Amino acid sequence: MSSLAPQVEQPESRISRPEEPVITFENVEIAFDHPVLASISFQLPRGETKILMGTAGTGKTLILKLALGLLKPDAGRITVLGEEVTQVREQDRFELRRNIGMVFQESALFDSLTVEENVAYRLIEETGRITDEIHARVLEALRFVELEHTVDLFPAELSGGMRRRVAIARAIITHPEILLYDSPTGGLDPVTSNTIIELVVKQRDVYQTSSLLVTNRLQDAFTMASHYFDREQNKMVPAGDGNVRDLHTKFLLLRDGKFIFEGTAAELLRSTDPYIREYLS
Amino acid sequence: MPVFSPTEIAKEKVGAVQDYSLLAGQSLTNIFQQPRYFADTLLQADSVGVGSLPIVILTGFFTGAVLALQTSSTLQQFGSLSLTGKLVSLSMVRELGPVLTGLMVAGRNATGMASELGSMKVSEQIDAMRAMGVDPTKKLVTPRVVASVVMMFFLSIISDLVGLCGGFVISYFLLGLDPNQYWTTAYQALRFGDVFMGLGKPVMFGFIIASIGCYYGMSAKGGTQGVGHATKQSMVAASVLLIVSDFFITRLLMGFFQY
Repeated sequence: MSSLAPQVEQPESRISRPEEPVITFENVEIAFDHPVLASISFQLPRGETKILMGTAGTGKTLILKLALGLLKPDAGRITVLGEEVTQVREQDRFELRRNIGMVFQESALFDSLTVEENVAYRLIEETGRITDEIHARVLEALRFVELEHTVDLFPAELSGGMRRRVAIARAIITHPEILLYDSPTGGLDPVTSNTIIELVVKQRDVYQTSSLLVTNRLQDAFTMASHYFDREQNKMVPAGDGNVRDLHTKFLLLRDGKFIFEGTAAELLRSTDPYIREYLS
Repeated sequence: MPVFSPTEIAKEKVGAVQDYSLLAGQSLTNIFQQPRYFADTLLQADSVGVGSLPIVILTGFFTGAVLALQTSSTLQQFGSLSLTGKLVSLSMVRELGPVLTGLMVAGRNATGMASELGSMKVSEQIDAMRAMGVDPTKKLVTPRVVASVVMMFFLSIISDLVGLCGGFVISYFLLGLDPNQYWTTAYQALRFGDVFMGLGKPVMFGFIIASIGCYYGMSAKGGTQGVGHATKQSMVAASVLLIVSDFFITRLLMGFFQY
């Protein structure tokens, strides 16, 4: 991983009480041709990472889009950073979204912009151009994902794994309070997947960013739940069998529009539910 | 074989009209709100205006030329060949200049906008923009609408002028008309109402072209096939709406100027 240890910087919170969850879903329902999410409720406490799992089409990505206010639920309440996104107008959600970073499944990089312009997109919106300070922050974010040398390239010139890493750099450049990862390792080879997961773990442990991560890869989920980022060694290391260290990582398992499990990796592994046993096998 | 409910189809159509109206309205209200994207508007103005210039000049010139050619035999029968300039001038300024320019710009730019925004939509770039706190209607739609409205105004003027030149070439070289007579009748034929009609229509057409192109792009779904469908639909809808609105604008202005 990176030879340069990242500078620890805590984002300024929009909510005054630290004990308040950064994301709350209360009886959220949404249907398209058929019901997809049926009365789901959960909370994401500050500094915690929740891994959303479930078979394809169970509505994992939908939960991320609902949290971001990109979609409106049919029923229920969603509160993000103290603001009820289900009540605010679309115009007012833009301000809220500036405190949330999202890594899309297919990266969603702007193909007509360079890597630097993509990563600096939010900052350029505020200043209108790339200043020396913005350039330095872009390099810092790209250094975090080890892609400093790609600054002048276009997304089409990058591999799939590199595009995901640029998407992570774009999401973290403003040090958001919440990070949403939509299958960041989907379709990647195991080595590249491990690199991406190491970046996610690094973001979790170094910046203590609250995050929701959607994945279909059990291996990635358990790696996150069993490893931590060691700043001394500047790499991800196993937490050990005792797992004394609290990694602030929990699992949520979706089935038929409802959560059938919420808990730690150890609790998941101990579950006797036949569906969960089959899912894990 | 699936059975389509007429109620569902009607709901879908009404929903589409509602979505289009909201987007079109928002593209206008954004002009009075921050942030304003001047650089993007200039970029679009270059793409719509300068980019469409060659096709507008070509169609304008040959439309004026063919108009002079077609009408000359009829005018000659009544001994009124000297009125060729007047006829070309009125036809180009009031009708053919704005409409043909509109159709050319629709063919080039409404489809371009639909495919560009459609590609961004299906690859989640528009969602990414929203996720980063940027309003896509302000960033993508309003600059295109403003640029199209302004550029259609100037492109129509150019088309009218080039069309008159086309008519002049035929009148002078083939019909043997006096240049002074051609230009004098062409100039004197125009009243304020004609010029107003000729300059008012392109503004409306520019708005239709850009808002339709952006609407189909922003509502594209279903991958590359969906983008292709949106592009095709944008061309059809923009052209039809342009011709239908031309009729109503003409009728309205004819009543207003008491033709």
